[in-house]
Amino acid sequence: MEIKMEYYLVISTIMLFAGIYGFITRRNLLAVLISVELMLNSVDINFVVFNRFLFPGEMEGFFFALFAIGVSAAETAVAIAIIINIYRNIRDIQVRHLDRMKH
Amino acid sequence: MEYTLLILLLPLATFLFLGLVGMKLSERTAGIVGTLSLGLAAVLSYVAAWQFFSAPRVEGIHPPVVAWNFEWLRFTDQLHIDLGILLDPISVMMLVVITTVSLMVHLYSFGYMKGERGFQRYYAFLSLFSFSMLGLVVATNIFQTYIFWELVGVSSYLLIGFYYTKPEAVAASKKAFIVTRFADLGFLIGILLLSYFAGTFSFETLTSGNASVFAGAAGRTFLGCSVMSWATALIFMGCAGKSAMFPLHIWLPDAMEGPTPVSALIHAATMVVAGVYLVARLFPLYYFETPEVLVFIAVVGAVTSLYAAVVACVQTDIKRVLAFSTISQIGFMMVALGVSGMEGHDGLGYMASMFHLFTHAMFKALLFLGAGAIIHAVHSNEMSRMGGLRKKMPVTHITFLIACLAISGIPPFSGFFSKDEILAAAFAFSPWMGWTMSVIAGITAFYMFRLYYNIFWAVPAEQEHEPHEAPGSMTVPLVILAAITCVAGFIPFGHFVSATGAVLPIHIDWRVAGLSVLIACLAIALATCFYRKGTNSLPDRLEATFPRLHRAAYRRFYIDEAYLFVTRRIIFGGICSGLAWFDRHVIDGAMNGLAWLTGRASMAIRGLQSGQVQQYAYVFLLGTLVLTVWLILM
Repeated sequence: MEIKMEYYLVISTIMLFAGIYGFITRRNLLAVLISVELMLNSVDINFVVFNRFLFPGEMEGFFFALFAIGVSAAETAVAIAIIINIYRNIRDIQVRHLDRMKH
Repeated sequence: MEYTLLILLLPLATFLFLGLVGMKLSERTAGIVGTLSLGLAAVLSYVAAWQFFSAPRVEGIHPPVVAWNFEWLRFTDQLHIDLGILLDPISVMMLVVITTVSLMVHLYSFGYMKGERGFQRYYAFLSLFSFSMLGLVVATNIFQTYIFWELVGVSSYLLIGFYYTKPEAVAASKKAFIVTRFADLGFLIGILLLSYFAGTFSFETLTSGNASVFAGAAGRTFLGCSVMSWATALIFMGCAGKSAMFPLHIWLPDAMEGPTPVSALIHAATMVVAGVYLVARLFPLYYFETPEVLVFIAVVGAVTSLYAAVVACVQTDIKRVLAFSTISQIGFMMVALGVSGMEGHDGLGYMASMFHLFTHAMFKALLFLGAGAIIHAVHSNEMSRMGGLRKKMPVTHITFLIACLAISGIPPFSGFFSKDEILAAAFAFSPWMGWTMSVIAGITAFYMFRLYYNIFWAVPAEQEHEPHEAPGSMTVPLVILAAITCVAGFIPFGHFVSATGAVLPIHIDWRVAGLSVLIACLAIALATCFYRKGTNSLPDRLEATFPRLHRAAYRRFYIDEAYLFVTRRIIFGGICSGLAWFDRHVIDGAMNGLAWLTGRASMAIRGLQSGQVQQYAYVFLLGTLVLTVWLILM
């Protein structure tokens, strides 16, 4: 059976909305971070799929996906460093309790 | 004659030097530095005068010399402000007067200001004043005059307020500055009008007597007077402010709060005649373009002179008497300019005015310095605290008497010659003017001798300390000035200064001279009878007979009160308080209302910033959804 482009897109859409849902509802900062990764990866899938099906022979989509993976790795490292620092300072990584920035 | 630049630069350098490092010097050094530099400037002025007047005449006149000129600010090709040194008969004469009197005052201040706090500062300010005044008289253009005009105003302000811990001195300095500044507003507008139509600031063009210079102003009128009349009248307003003409004279009597040598230098001999000098400088302009303003000047001068003479008769503070006498004498000079013509013997008034300026500077400085010596001895300005000083202060007494005789117009002292020329010019103008000025000359003699007798004769007042003669540094200037007063009248002044520059021989008109001497002698006799013994009750009885007149004259005819009424009640109380209310309630209210509204709006929506990141994300998502739906439906 041929795998159509729409199948991939359905998967990536589900991943994106799962990420958004997680981003909004999860209470733990690490879980929020994982949700962000989920959204990023869904976008990567879209890049690769569009390149493969719509512009066969071109390479931009693949490389953009690789680039995004690199950036998201760096971003994760920074985010985890921030989370560790937050934990050291207030002994808590519950999102609800991190409202000091409003002042 | 480039060295004349040094006459200006020496006092300026001294001011900077004493102003910057004066406090590190001893009083003596500071005084010597100031006096020496001024002495050098005086010597240079005499050399310049000698060189200028000994140069051969060209077509019967001493040609004006521009010793130095420098373009300072250029607006257009024709209109530029220069700074320069113009030497012509009147400016050279003024250089001599200013440096001489200033040198005398420098010397005198050694004794008078000894031990005062701020002695160095005092000498620094004296140098600043000398610099400004010298710059004013040698100006090549009217804008340079204006610059130095303001500078003398500042130095006068600084020196009147020298005793800055005394509230009266502070108030007097402010009053002098504000009143003269107000007059200078008119002066500036006049300069702008004049230069707008003439296209130049230069005196050479403005006073050339060439009507085509002002062709642009022909036919233009404002409120029924021609624009040229407005311009020259407004310039005269500046002169009236500086020279204390009625009704802008109110600052001068109060300016006596300053140290007495300052009064002698600034408020008797030099700065207050700046107005007369400027009218003389612009005389051809007044004469050829706006003769009606010249008549106005004569009338203002006569009114001022009469007013001040009457007020001087009842003042009890000796410096105030001298201040009003100064105002009155400057009125004489203005009258002389106002009635003057140009050519030949018609130009007598111009010459007489400058001659009187010269002699008056000397004897009035002498009077003030003498008054300073008296105040130094009895520690009071009030006549009632003096009396019988002639034996205790012989030098002061003799020199003061010489000055009194000079100002009263008794021959052979200098005042007789100059005042006689003024009276002759006034009679030639109209008999009314001549008789008025003769009567004022009589009143002058009366109040001067009232002053003289009350100080040196009359009943001696009780003194805490026995009065003694002033130290040598104070009496030497008195003697020098008295000597000048004795001989200055014999200077053939018409050979040096006249309206056209040509020689104007002085003939004493014995009808006028005899009349004025007769009036002066009568007035002196009256004063002798009233005040010599100090026991004659006639003055008191007269005072009791006309209490309101006496009171009004003593309060200077309520001119100060009128000013206070206009400024405080009408301008501050009426107009300004309304404006202040508008500012406070409408303008500030609008601004405060805006701030209040912003504050309230912020309070209302502050709950939106909860700090909950996930809530923000939720709102963001909703927004995105709404946008997406909207885009799809479009």
